Amino acid sequence: MTNTLPRRIAGLLLCLALLALAVLLSLAVGARAIPFTEVVDALWHSDGSPEAVIVTTQRVPRTVLGLLIGMALGLAGTVMQALTRNPLADPGLLGVNSGAAAAVVSAISFFGITTAAGYVWFAFAGAAAATVVVYLLGGGGKGPGGPVRLALAGTSIGAVLVAYTYGVQMLDAKALDQFRFWIVGGLSGRDQSVLMDVLPFLIVGIVVALLLSRPLNALSLGEDTGRALGVNLAGTRLASAATVTLLCGAATAAAGPFAFIGLAVPHAARALIGADLRWVLPYAMLLAPVLLLGADVVGRVVITPSELEAGIVTALLGAPVLIALVRRRQVVPL
Amino acid sequence: MRTLSPTRSVKDVRLAAERVSFRVEPRTLVVCLILILVTAGLVLVSLSVGDYPVPFPEVIESLRGEGSRLADLFVVQRRLPRALVAVVAGIAFGISGAIFQRLTHNPLGSPDVIGFGYGASVGAILVILFYGGGTLETATGAFVGGLIAAIAVYLLAYRSGVNGLRLVLVGIGVSAILIAIINYLVSRADLRDARAATVWIVGSLFERRWGDVQLVGYGLLLLVPITMILSRYLPMLELGDDAAAALGVPLERARLGLVVVAVGLTAIATASTGPIGFVALAAPQLARRLTRSPGAGLTAAGLMGALLLVASDLIARRAVAPSELPVGVVTAGVGGIYLGWLLLAHSRRTR
Repeated sequence: MTNTLPRRIAGLLLCLALLALAVLLSLAVGARAIPFTEVVDALWHSDGSPEAVIVTTQRVPRTVLGLLIGMALGLAGTVMQALTRNPLADPGLLGVNSGAAAAVVSAISFFGITTAAGYVWFAFAGAAAATVVVYLLGGGGKGPGGPVRLALAGTSIGAVLVAYTYGVQMLDAKALDQFRFWIVGGLSGRDQSVLMDVLPFLIVGIVVALLLSRPLNALSLGEDTGRALGVNLAGTRLASAATVTLLCGAATAAAGPFAFIGLAVPHAARALIGADLRWVLPYAMLLAPVLLLGADVVGRVVITPSELEAGIVTALLGAPVLIALVRRRQVVPL
Repeated sequence: MRTLSPTRSVKDVRLAAERVSFRVEPRTLVVCLILILVTAGLVLVSLSVGDYPVPFPEVIESLRGEGSRLADLFVVQRRLPRALVAVVAGIAFGISGAIFQRLTHNPLGSPDVIGFGYGASVGAILVILFYGGGTLETATGAFVGGLIAAIAVYLLAYRSGVNGLRLVLVGIGVSAILIAIINYLVSRADLRDARAATVWIVGSLFERRWGDVQLVGYGLLLLVPITMILSRYLPMLELGDDAAAALGVPLERARLGLVVVAVGLTAIATASTGPIGFVALAAPQLARRLTRSPGAGLTAAGLMGALLLVASDLIARRAVAPSELPVGVVTAGVGGIYLGWLLLAHSRRTR
């Protein structure tokens, strides 16, 4: 194991470098390309030129939003897959995305709310409510069949909520017209105030998720081994579920549902580093925003002057990478 | 290996001097019979109710070819084919879901694992957007799209054999691309087309006629016998690759054969109703919990699928009458609530 440690740290630094590159690109590239030097200048001391204004008022908030949401989704997905021990688990499995979607479609159809800032609390409340129901119905995921039951509970509640969401859209064409744009996750046109609203939740969630790596590692060895290692099983499960809700609920509220990132990035991280969560979590936290910001940058330039939403580009760019990784390497089971 | 566990009653049936022998689990048999009876009852009800209600005696007369012309029009020409499509598609979804869940050892496994439903949606939406989309054209588009997606996933996952987890992961990747395309097409289409596309994605049984029944019926008659033959490999494959190989199972051929019939079943069902994914997901789980058998039996899963779809369509037709909901909305609602209730009942029992 000793000779792999430097390699793992080097890999982590490489991820960090990739992330820095993605951030820089996200600040520089767009309908109006701005050279890197001017970007850096604008960041240190804004001289009031149009370029500096674009960087500070538009690209910086957008990049910060993408960075935090990416981190949140990468971590939430990894924790979710460790908690349910299911490779098909995405952070939406506890009902976060479907709960948020059902609440948003209700907000549009019954309360006539049409702005992103108005959706935020609906989305968050819907996500939290759905997660609580799923968690209780799934029996907290304890016992030998627990993870499966939790996954099934999430699937069934999710199905009911999706059915409700579609039902409202079918009966209310106006809601369909609004909702079809929200469901495509994206970073453009999201309000800066939205980010400030969800920021505390994201930060708490990120810290707790990283702290969970050791107990979750023990849990992945099985119930009995975990208990023998002195891990508080019920507490770990509850904390994991709460963290996923915080992270994914906040991310979905701020930028719409990005299903793919939370699902795929943990698999990519495991293919690179193995199954040890102490490494998988940081890798996933750094790689997810690389994917999200990269997708956002590509989305800005492929069909200029219009934009392709990051949610769409994420899948188009990320899926081939996932497939290639899965084909080339040994599949690492959970 | 006569019985897996001493508490389960299993009867060995031997016929024709032991040349034909099979095993029957009484509980499974009873559950299947009840499922058939309930489904038949629901079909009768769905023939009777509607904007033009037909009393039961007249329904029976129409079925025997002795009804009035108006009753014939509603019962035989409109409602019966629709109910039959629901039955047949439900069976197909249920069986294919059971096969996928057992092949992937995953209760979240469904034909969507291999990207079929999403491929079918992309095909159907393209037809709706660019060719206006009649029922047959849309079905063809869905069939072709789904098949291309499924073949692509299988080939991409193939590396001197198909590993269950790799198949699932490649399926996730391909599905993500297809979902992105669906969301893009729906968000860029004009509102009328977006609505038609959404209805198709959710899955509906509007305006199904006898032609549709023939299509799915022949497909099912062709595929079910093959499924029955191949299904004997499933219990052995579930023991793991090494054990199955030791028992003489031709691993890759058995797995490919099972995937092909499961995809075929999904294909005919999806082409006729749209990708009602939740039936394939929920029916095997519901059947497994009712029969209390260790694996999802294919027969029970198929019958459960039929019951789920017929009941859902009945609700979809009447819940917001005189308007109608797409059946997929109800299927997910009903199936989801029922599955949730079963989980709750289970947790009470074990506590």
